[in-house]
Amino acid sequence: MSKKMQANRKKTWAALLLGASLLTLTGCHGSKALPDFAMPAEFDASRNYEITFWAKNDTNKNQTDVYKKAIADFESLYPNIKVNMKLYTDYGRIFNDVITNIATGTTPNVCITYPDHIATYMTGKNTVVPLDSLFSDEKYGLGGSALLYDGPAQEEIIPQFLSECELEGQHYALPYMRSTECCYINKTYVEKLGYTLPDVLTWDFVWEVSEAATAKNADGTFALNGQNVMIPFIYKSTDNMMIQMLKQRDAGYSTKEGDIELFNDDTEEILYTVADHVGTGAFSTFKISSYPANFLNAGQCLFAIDSTAGATWMGADAPLSDISEDAFVDFETEIRMVPQFDPAHPKMISQGPSVCVFNKADPQEVLASWLFTQYLLTNEVQIGYAQTEGYLPVTKKALGSPEYQDYLARSGEDNNAHYAIKIEASKLLLDHTEDTFVTPVFNGSASLRNAAGQLIENVATSVRRHETVDASYMDRLYTDVTSLYRLDQKDIATNGKQELGPLPGAAVLLLCALAFSWLLILLYVVRDFVKKRKKH
Amino acid sequence: MKKKIALTLVLSLMLSLAACGNSGDTGADKKSEGVMTYAEYMDAALDSEVVIETYVQAKQSWWEDKATLYTQDKDGAYFIYSAACSEADYEKLTPGTKIKVTGYKTEWSGEVEVAEGATIEIEDGSYTAPATDVTDLLGKEDELIKHQNQFVSFKGMTVETYEKDGQSYDCAFVYNDDNSGSADSNSDLYFNVSKDGKTYTFCVESYLCDSSTDVYKAVENLKVGDTVDMEGYLYWYNGANPHITSVTVK
Repeated sequence: MSKKMQANRKKTWAALLLGASLLTLTGCHGSKALPDFAMPAEFDASRNYEITFWAKNDTNKNQTDVYKKAIADFESLYPNIKVNMKLYTDYGRIFNDVITNIATGTTPNVCITYPDHIATYMTGKNTVVPLDSLFSDEKYGLGGSALLYDGPAQEEIIPQFLSECELEGQHYALPYMRSTECCYINKTYVEKLGYTLPDVLTWDFVWEVSEAATAKNADGTFALNGQNVMIPFIYKSTDNMMIQMLKQRDAGYSTKEGDIELFNDDTEEILYTVADHVGTGAFSTFKISSYPANFLNAGQCLFAIDSTAGATWMGADAPLSDISEDAFVDFETEIRMVPQFDPAHPKMISQGPSVCVFNKADPQEVLASWLFTQYLLTNEVQIGYAQTEGYLPVTKKALGSPEYQDYLARSGEDNNAHYAIKIEASKLLLDHTEDTFVTPVFNGSASLRNAAGQLIENVATSVRRHETVDASYMDRLYTDVTSLYRLDQKDIATNGKQELGPLPGAAVLLLCALAFSWLLILLYVVRDFVKKRKKH
Repeated sequence: MKKKIALTLVLSLMLSLAACGNSGDTGADKKSEGVMTYAEYMDAALDSEVVIETYVQAKQSWWEDKATLYTQDKDGAYFIYSAACSEADYEKLTPGTKIKVTGYKTEWSGEVEVAEGATIEIEDGSYTAPATDVTDLLGKEDELIKHQNQFVSFKGMTVETYEKDGQSYDCAFVYNDDNSGSADSNSDLYFNVSKDGKTYTFCVESYLCDSSTDVYKAVENLKVGDTVDMEGYLYWYNGANPHITSVTVK
C-alpha cells in the first residue's frame, strides 16, 4: 500500500465525471453502435478466440493467483479460448479505462465492476450485454447442458446478490464476491476503559468509548496507550458511513429513479455529530489520517471500520501489514457489525465485485466471454477467492460445499489461511445477509455515493482547521458538494443515451449551403486553371 | 589592453553563468513577504495554513485540475498533494520552476505535505536541487527524516531477493509490494536493496515513472546481486519509501 491508494480513491469520482462526459460524446450524431447481442444456437468450437479480462484485486497476491489458476483451468477445458488478464487494484481505474475504451470501441470482453459503474457504461448503446437470455439458455446458460464445467444454476446464486446486478429490469452482471463493512475492535482497550463490548455496537456506545479514550496524561501522552498517537475511531469509507447511517435512520438518500434526497435534516444531524467528535480528537477518516489497520494494529485505535474484504490486515495477529513488526501491540481483537441506531434491526451495506460482459460485433466472441464469466462462479474459483479475504461466495453451491464449511470450521487454526478475524468477517456477512442493503443504481449514482462521503470529509477537515461548522457552513457545504459532483445535473450522462434523431432542417440547409459554396470555389479554381493553360 | 578586455569578458561570462541555472547553489533562499522559510514551515502545526515558495523538481500526476508535485528549495523539500492546477499551468511546471503555494499542512502516514486543494502561483526564478547522498543515513530514521521529500541518492547498494512479511518471492523485484500487479497495469515496482547487512525496500512509483520510463525498465532488468546507484525522492509511508527515478547498475 502507499499514498497512491489515497490518490486512486480521489481519482474515482473524477473518473466518473469524465466518463459521463466521454459517453455523452459517443451519443453524438454518427456514432456507430453495436447491434443487439443475439445468442448463437451453437458455440463454434472450431474457431479460436482471444478474450480480455480486466480483473481487480485488493493488492493481494493470493487473489492474483486464484485468477491465474482459474484462467489456466478454463483454458484447459476450452483450448480454443485464450484469456488475457489485465490486473487492477482499484475500481476507479477500471472504470476510467472502460469509459475510454467505450469511446474507441475497444472495451474488454469481461470485466470486474460495480453495478453503479455499469449504469454509466450502459449510456453507450448496446455496450454491456444483458445477461437474462444467456442465463436461461439450455445449453450454455447457468448450469447449461453443454458446459464443460460444473457451474451453478440460476437458483443456486444467492437471490439477494443476483438482484443487485439488475438494472432497468434486466441483469447486466453476475455477482462475483460479496463483502460488507464491519468494526474491528481493540477489546483489551475497551475493557481497560471500564466498558463491556456489546454483541451489537450502537453509535452512542462507540462515540462514548471513543471520547473516553482521548484522555491524556500530564506529559501529553494518551492515558490509554501511553503513546503520542491515539485516534479512537477511524472510518475507512466515509461514503459508506453516511449511507449506512442514513439507511439505519430510514432517512432519504436517493430514490430508485435517481432523485437526490441526500441533503436532509438527518444528514445535517450526522454531520454535526461528526464535527463534535473530530473536534475532540475521538474520530478521523482514512483520507485524513491513513489506513485504520495501521492505527489499530499499533494500539492507536479502538474502533476501525473497514471492509470485511480487508480483514487480513486487521488485528494484533494480522497476516498482512504496512507497519513494521516492532510497531505491533498485543491486544485481543474482536469483530462486530458496523454500529447501529436500532440494534434490533441492524442494517449494513452489501458490496463486492460483480462481473459484466461487453458486447462485440461477433456473437461467438461474446459467447466465449460468457463461458468464462460463468466459470468464475464455479466452486473452485468461488471458494478459492473467498478464502483470500473476508469475502463470501455468491452461490449456495459453494457456501454449502463441504470444502467451504470445513474452511469456516477451522477459524483460528493458524494466522494465515485460517486467520480467525478473516473467517469471522465472512461469517458475520453470512449470518446477516438478510440485513444487507444496496443503494439504488442509476446513471450518476456513483457520483452521489462520493458526495455522501465528501460531506463527512469536508466537515472533518474544516473542524481540524478550526473553521466554524454551523448552519451557514452547512448551506455552503451542500452547495459546494452539489456543484463538485454535478448533482444538480440529474442524469449527467443520460444525454449520451438519447437518440438524437435526424438533423434539424436548418442544419441540413446550412450543410447543403456549405457544400454548394465549396463546389463553386472548386469550379472557379478549375476554370481559372484551364484558362491559364490555354493562354500558354 | 587586450588582456584587460579578455579578463573583463571572462568575468562577465562567469557572472552570467552564475546568474542562470543556479543548480546546487547553496546560498540562502530569499523568500517574498508573507512567505514562510522552510524552518517555519516545518515548525507550523498540522492543519494550519502555510504559504511557501519552492521549486518544482518532478511532477507525479495531474488529474482533473489537480497536480501532485515533488518540490524543493535550498533548505528543504515540500510534497504538494493534489493542488489546484489547470492543465495549461501544469504544462508550464518544468523542473526548476518557482512556485508559490498556499494551503494547509498535513501528515498522512508520516508523510508531511501540503494538503489537497492548495493553490499554486508560478513565479520568476529557477532552482534544480542536486541529489544529496543519504546512503549513510539509511537505518538512522531520525536523521533520514530530515531529508524527507528531497531529491536524494543512494550509492553502492546490493539488490537482494525480494521479501515481504517474511515471504520470499524468489526474484529481484515485484509488481505492487506483493507481486499482485503487472507491467500492463502500470503497477508500482518494489525491490529490496542492502547496505552493510541491512535491507531496505525501494519503490518505482508508477505515476511518477510509468512502465515506459528507463528507470522502470531498469528495475525490471535488475538481478539479485547487482550493485546499484540510485536517485529519487525521499517519500515517506510509515517510514522511508524512496520513489526512485534512476538506477545505474555498476
